[in-house]
Amino acid sequence: MSDLQQFRAETRQWLEENCPADMRDGKLSEDTSCWGGRKWEFTSEGQRLWLERMGARGWTVPTWPSEYGGGGLSKEEAAVLKQEMKAIGARKPHDNFGITMLGPALLKFGSEAQKKEHLPKVARGEIRWCQGYSEPNAGSDLASLRTKAEDAGDHYVVTGQKIWTSYADKADWIFCLVRTDSEAPKHKGISFVLFDMESEGVSTKPIKLISGSSPFCETFFDGVSVPKANLVYEENKGWDVAKYLLTHEREMIGSLFGGMSEGRSLGELAVKAIGTNPLGQLDDPLLRAKLIETEIDSLAFGALLQSVSDRAKGGESLGAVSSVLKYYGTELNKRRHELKMEIGGSDEMEMTDNNNDGQAARDWLRTKGNSIEGGTSEVQLQIIAKHILQMPNA
Amino acid sequence: MPLVLTEDQEMLRESAAGFLKDEAPVSALRELRDSGSEDGFSRELWAKMAAMGWAGILVPEEYGGADFGMVGAGVVAEEMGKQLTATPYLSSAIMAATALNALGSQAQKEQHLTKIAAGEELFAIAHDERGKHSTLGVALKAERMGNGFRLNGAKTFVADGHVADQIIVSARTSGEPGEANGITLFLVDSGTDGLKIEKTAMVDSRNAARIDFNNAEVTADAVLGEIDLGADGLEKILNAGRAGLAAEMAGSAAQAFGMTLSYINERKQFGVAVGSFQTLQHRSAHLYTEIEICKALTLKALQSLDEGAEDAAKLVALAKAKATKVSLLAAQEGVQMHGGMGMTDEFDIGLYLKRAKVAGELLGDSSYHGNRLAEMLGY
Ligand SMILES: Cc1cc2nc3c(=O)[nH]c(=O)nc-3n(C[C@H](O)[C@H](O)[C@H](O)COP(=O)(O)OP(=O)(O)OC[C@H]3O[C@@H](n4cnc5c(N)ncnc54)[C@H](O)[C@@H]3O)c2cc1C
Repeated sequence: MSDLQQFRAETRQWLEENCPADMRDGKLSEDTSCWGGRKWEFTSEGQRLWLERMGARGWTVPTWPSEYGGGGLSKEEAAVLKQEMKAIGARKPHDNFGITMLGPALLKFGSEAQKKEHLPKVARGEIRWCQGYSEPNAGSDLASLRTKAEDAGDHYVVTGQKIWTSYADKADWIFCLVRTDSEAPKHKGISFVLFDMESEGVSTKPIKLISGSSPFCETFFDGVSVPKANLVYEENKGWDVAKYLLTHEREMIGSLFGGMSEGRSLGELAVKAIGTNPLGQLDDPLLRAKLIETEIDSLAFGALLQSVSDRAKGGESLGAVSSVLKYYGTELNKRRHELKMEIGGSDEMEMTDNNNDGQAARDWLRTKGNSIEGGTSEVQLQIIAKHILQMPNA
Repeated sequence: MPLVLTEDQEMLRESAAGFLKDEAPVSALRELRDSGSEDGFSRELWAKMAAMGWAGILVPEEYGGADFGMVGAGVVAEEMGKQLTATPYLSSAIMAATALNALGSQAQKEQHLTKIAAGEELFAIAHDERGKHSTLGVALKAERMGNGFRLNGAKTFVADGHVADQIIVSARTSGEPGEANGITLFLVDSGTDGLKIEKTAMVDSRNAARIDFNNAEVTADAVLGEIDLGADGLEKILNAGRAGLAAEMAGSAAQAFGMTLSYINERKQFGVAVGSFQTLQHRSAHLYTEIEICKALTLKALQSLDEGAEDAAKLVALAKAKATKVSLLAAQEGVQMHGGMGMTDEFDIGLYLKRAKVAGELLGDSSYHGNRLAEMLGY
């Protein structure tokens, strides 16, 4: 037996013995996720055990080095783990912006002390992170951000406002972009800092979304004291960290939303809802055409996702290619949800108890944010044109 | 007939626009939603609209109506679409009035048309039986029973079904779902025994209802039109509704677009208005073109109904299909161009997105009418 086969056999057995029964339903939605952190209330004992067991092995972040709480697995081993988890329908033990965003940035830019301090807590789901990038006047033009951090000797004093901070009201810590030099060109006066959301001077105000829920907030900083030890990389070089982190965020969003949807295919749903003609074809030729167009693009995109992920070595940044994934994946996801609504028709538009409170409609509305969060589709296209195609400026 | 509004219709448009802006702006819909209004519309406002002649916009003058025809009805619907005004207008003033005008017996007309015009009686059309619209997919059974009929089955997505005094029900007296023959229309009092009406809040914050018919008994007087031969009349009612909805959606699309345009011309990033970026300019110009097409087409469909033109059914299918696509596109682009703001409940653009989806589905979406159109065109 090769090492990898051996690893597969052991992994299978371990998962069989350790994955609680209620964590095997394959659910992955934003709402059924476990987000961990100090304020988290586990929805079941199974959820708590699953995080604890996976966290202890570092398998929540399989490719991170074990000295930082990771699993220390090779890319091949991590792939095996993923396959074996999928085979039993295991849920992800937890979601955390620390896994997909902060982690990769700290691994590349963080000091040894920062990695030791923060990464294991992410791996074990003890600290939940939020992202303090956008401001009211700095969205697509992120680098024009104005939240300022003044030098006060051994610490900074942070004052300003962020907006659209997802889960700021539920997160424990924030990774935050601040201006440390207001004289320098806009990209050159930004620093990347970390601080506890319980620090004095931090407050949050939830914003209600069109879907009715309030996952994101306005976040205010009023003279928040941030130790200099929490500066990541160098002062005024935060833009490098920010950009690197964004490529990971975009790759994550693209793969998450662009990959094959879980559960029943849209075609199956449509046949069930609408029925077939005597030839066995969906009894709505136009909808059928729309479905297969989207299916073609989805399957084709799946191949690109696979190829990109096979090309990238473990953890390495994809650079501007992440914009390709982000753009296409999110636009696809929006199309899928439009079609899902079209298949269900008025049944899916009811916001009633017997319709799971309109969950499908809420999901549909939520997808509209996919092409806005993490940088809009327009911005991604601009990055592709400029950084991959190297087209001239206007 | 020239494809423009007459002077009278233009005046109607102006007065509707002014009235709705003052009395029923988008904030009124929010208020209804946030206060959890049982009715889902304001009865007081409806009374005012009736006084202006809108409830009776299709009712002949002898019954106290304004008899403005479908173009007039569409003009008002378009203005309502701009403000997302929630009223029983589509069900009562457009569809029920069309039904009674076309199919009502003298007695039925006398009994109901005056009340419709006065805004005193509210109607709903109970037709769809599953999540997707179908003209002939009627399965609800009406069995003969002595001098009357007994109704059994279920209807869904009945706009204004929860507030209606009278319900026009499509039922099957013979044949199978999918067949034109065997459909009969009934005029049923909503208080009839055996009806279970359940209000369903929709994602656009308007209300509809699911209605169960459990041995509901009606007399032979309740038949609207002819027994077994209701399909043509049904088609007339649905087409009036579809054209009215197309007009409403054209209005919503134009308004969503206008709001978006103001936003992107104001919102600054990179030191300039985001509306100065060519990609947003081109998409705005495209949307403008689509909306102009949609408005012209809708007017043509409305005119064809007033004229009883031979190609009216075709034009209505075309208009409903196009308006469904364009209003959704306008709202989708609106959200996207608003950036994060577009995802907030505080901004109105999301309300247009929700209405576009529900109005698009109501009485058949773009695939449904596209398929029908292909059939009518012989392929
Ligand atoms: C669901 C969701 C979650 C989010 N979570 C977070 C979070 O956790 N943390 C965080 O910091 N931020 C978060 N954001 C914010 C997000 O990153 C911003 O909304 C996004 O970057 C766009 O900025 P904006 O909203 O200011 O839009 P604007 O920048 O004002 O854009 C408005 C419109 O103009 C277009 N536009 C702008 N510039 C150009 C250009 N150069 N060329 C062409 N078109 C252009 C945009 O594409 C958009 O259509 C989230 C957003 C959403 C929707």
